Amino acid sequence: MTGTNTAINLSVFGVFVLLTLYIVYRVSTRNVSASDYYAAGSSFTGTQNGIALSGDFLSAASFLGISGAIAVNGYDGFMYSIGWVVAWLIGLMLISERLRNTGRFTMGDVMAFRMRQRPVRAAAANATLVISLFYMIAQMAGAGGLMALLLDVHSKVGQAVIIAVVGIVMVLYVLVGGMKGTTWVQIIKAVLLLLSVSLLTIFLIGKFGFDISSMLDRATQRSPLGEAVLSPGVKYGATGLSKIDFISLALALVLGTAALPHVLMRFYTVPNAREARKSVVWATWMMAIFYSCTLVIGFGAMALVGTDEITSAPGGENSAAPLLAFKIGGTVLLGIVCAVAFATILAVVAGLTLTASASFAHDVYANVIKHGEADPRDEVRVARITAVCVGVLAIAGGIAANGQNIAFLVALAFALAASANLPTLLYSMFWKRFNTRGTLWSIYGGLTSCLLLILFSPAISGSKSSVFPDVDFAFFPLANPGIVSIPLSFLAGFLGTVLGGERADAEKQAEMEVRGLTAIGSGLR
Amino acid sequence: MTKALPSVSRPASPGFATFEEPRHSLLIDGDGEPDYSSIQTSDDFLALKRRITRFILPATLLFLAWYVTFVLLSAYAVDFMSTPLFGTVNVGLTMGFLQIVTTVIITMAYARYSKRKLDPQVEKVRALAETDEELA
Repeated sequence: MTGTNTAINLSVFGVFVLLTLYIVYRVSTRNVSASDYYAAGSSFTGTQNGIALSGDFLSAASFLGISGAIAVNGYDGFMYSIGWVVAWLIGLMLISERLRNTGRFTMGDVMAFRMRQRPVRAAAANATLVISLFYMIAQMAGAGGLMALLLDVHSKVGQAVIIAVVGIVMVLYVLVGGMKGTTWVQIIKAVLLLLSVSLLTIFLIGKFGFDISSMLDRATQRSPLGEAVLSPGVKYGATGLSKIDFISLALALVLGTAALPHVLMRFYTVPNAREARKSVVWATWMMAIFYSCTLVIGFGAMALVGTDEITSAPGGENSAAPLLAFKIGGTVLLGIVCAVAFATILAVVAGLTLTASASFAHDVYANVIKHGEADPRDEVRVARITAVCVGVLAIAGGIAANGQNIAFLVALAFALAASANLPTLLYSMFWKRFNTRGTLWSIYGGLTSCLLLILFSPAISGSKSSVFPDVDFAFFPLANPGIVSIPLSFLAGFLGTVLGGERADAEKQAEMEVRGLTAIGSGLR
Repeated sequence: MTKALPSVSRPASPGFATFEEPRHSLLIDGDGEPDYSSIQTSDDFLALKRRITRFILPATLLFLAWYVTFVLLSAYAVDFMSTPLFGTVNVGLTMGFLQIVTTVIITMAYARYSKRKLDPQVEKVRALAETDEELA
C-alpha cells in the first residue's frame, strides 16, 4: 500500500477525530456534576442510548476480528456473532430495567444495594477495573495491528506511538466530555459503522447476483479448506478438548455480554426503565443487522480476497474487512473503512475508560474511602485523575499485547464478566436470601478462578500462539475458562450464602425488589 | 422524597371516608417513605411479579435451550450441520441465522408484552406509594 493511501486514511481519520472532539466540547457542560459526568444527567432517550449501546458494544473485535475470523475459519468464526446477538436477551429481560431502577452510576450501586456497602463496593470496583482493563488492552492491541495495515507502519516502535496517540485522544474525550460527550462519540461511530457494513454487504450481495449460495460457493474455492469452511469444526473441531473449548467460548459470549461493566453503565444514561428497555430493543436491532452483515462480509472477503492473502497480510486475520474494502472500492473505500474501524476502537476505549474511572471514584473513593460522604466535586475530580491513570495503563498494556488476536482477547474479558458479575447480579436481584458473604464469594470466586485459569491456560504459555511461547506452565487445557469459572462462581455465591454470614436484610431486600420493578423510591418516572 | 401529610398515611376517619376513599390503600409509613415490605406483599405487586415471571421465565429458558442446542449440534453433530439445504447453504448456517431471527422476535415480543401487560401494572403499584405532592 502506497503513500497516497496513507494520506487518505490519515485525513479521513483526522477529520473524524477533530469533528468528534468539537462535538464533545460543544455538548459538555461547564460545571459538571457527578450525575453529568457519570450518566450524562440521565438525559438521553432510549433510541439515542440504544444506538450508543451498540456503539459501545461493537468494538474493533466485532468488526475486524469477527469478519476476519469468518474469512479464515468460516463457520467457527460465525459463532462469535451469534453469541453476541443472543446475549442481548439476558440484558433485555433480566438486567436492564431493574438495574436502571435500582442504581445510579455504577454496577456497584446494584450489587451493594442491600449488602454491606464497603466490602461489596470494593469488590465490584475490582471486578470492573480488571474487566475493563482486559477489554481495553484488547482494543489497544487491535489499534496497533490495524495501523500495521493502514499506514504501513511495521516497526513496533511506530505502532507503539500510534497506540499512545489513541490512548491520549480517548482520555481527552473522557476528560472533556464525560458521559455526554462519550455517548455522542458512540452514536456517531455506531451510525458510521452500521452504514459502512450495510453498504459493503449490499454491494457484496449484489455482486453475486443476490445469491448467497453462489457467494459461499466462490468462497469455498478461495479457501484452502474447501467445503469444510462452511461446516463447524475448522477451528474447534479437532479434538474432544477443543470442542469443550468451543462450548466454553459460546457460554462466555452469551453470559458475559450483559454483565460487562461499560454496557451496564450505559443503562444509567436514560431517565427511566421504559427508556432502558427501549435502548436494548434498539441495540438488539442494530446488533442483528450488524452481525448478519459480518457474515456476508466475512465470506465475501473469503470469496473476493482469498484466505491466503488475508492471513499473509500485515494485520493477519484482522485485515479481512479492510482488504475487502480495498478490493471493491480502492484506496478511498479502504480509507473510509479503516477510519471507521479506528473510530470504533477510539470510542470503545473511551467508554471503557469512563466506566473504570467512574467505578473507582464512585465505589472506591466516595463509598469505601470517604464512607459515602465525599464532596461530589471531589468525586468527579478523582474520576478524572483515574481516567488519566487508566489511560496510561491501557497504553502500556496495549503496547505489550500488540499482535495478539483481538477477538480472542476480548473473549477472555467476556469470560471474566460472565464469571464475576453475572452470577452476583442475578443472585442479588432474584434470590432473597443472598447476603454480603455470598456476594463477595461470587465476585471474588469468579474473578480469581477465571484469572488463574487464564494464567495457566494455553493462551499464556506452552503453545505457538501464546503470550510466552517458550515456557510451559499451562496445566489447564482450555483457552477459554468460562465453562469452569462461571458455574464455580454461581456455586461460590450459593455456598457463601447458605454456609453462614449475616442474614439478608429483609427490609432492604423488599426495597430493592419493589424499586427494581417499579422504580418506587428512586425518584425516576 | 417529600414528606406526606400525616393524614395521608393513616386510615381515614369515618367522617372523611368519601373524601379519602381513592387513597385508602396508600402504602406510606409515618415519614412519608414508601413502606416497601407492605408493597412487596400487596396484591398488585404480586400480580406484577407473576406477569413478569410468566413471560421472562419461559422466554429465557427457551432461548437458552435453543442456543445451547445450536452450540452442541455445532460441536458434536458436524455431519448433520453440514447437510446442504439450498445450494451451498447448510443446516448449520441456516440455524445460526435463525438464532438471530428468534432473538429479534423475542425482543419485539417482550417489548410488546411489557407495554401492554407490565407497564400498566407498574403504574398500579406505583399508585400505592404516591405521595401527596405527586397526586396534586
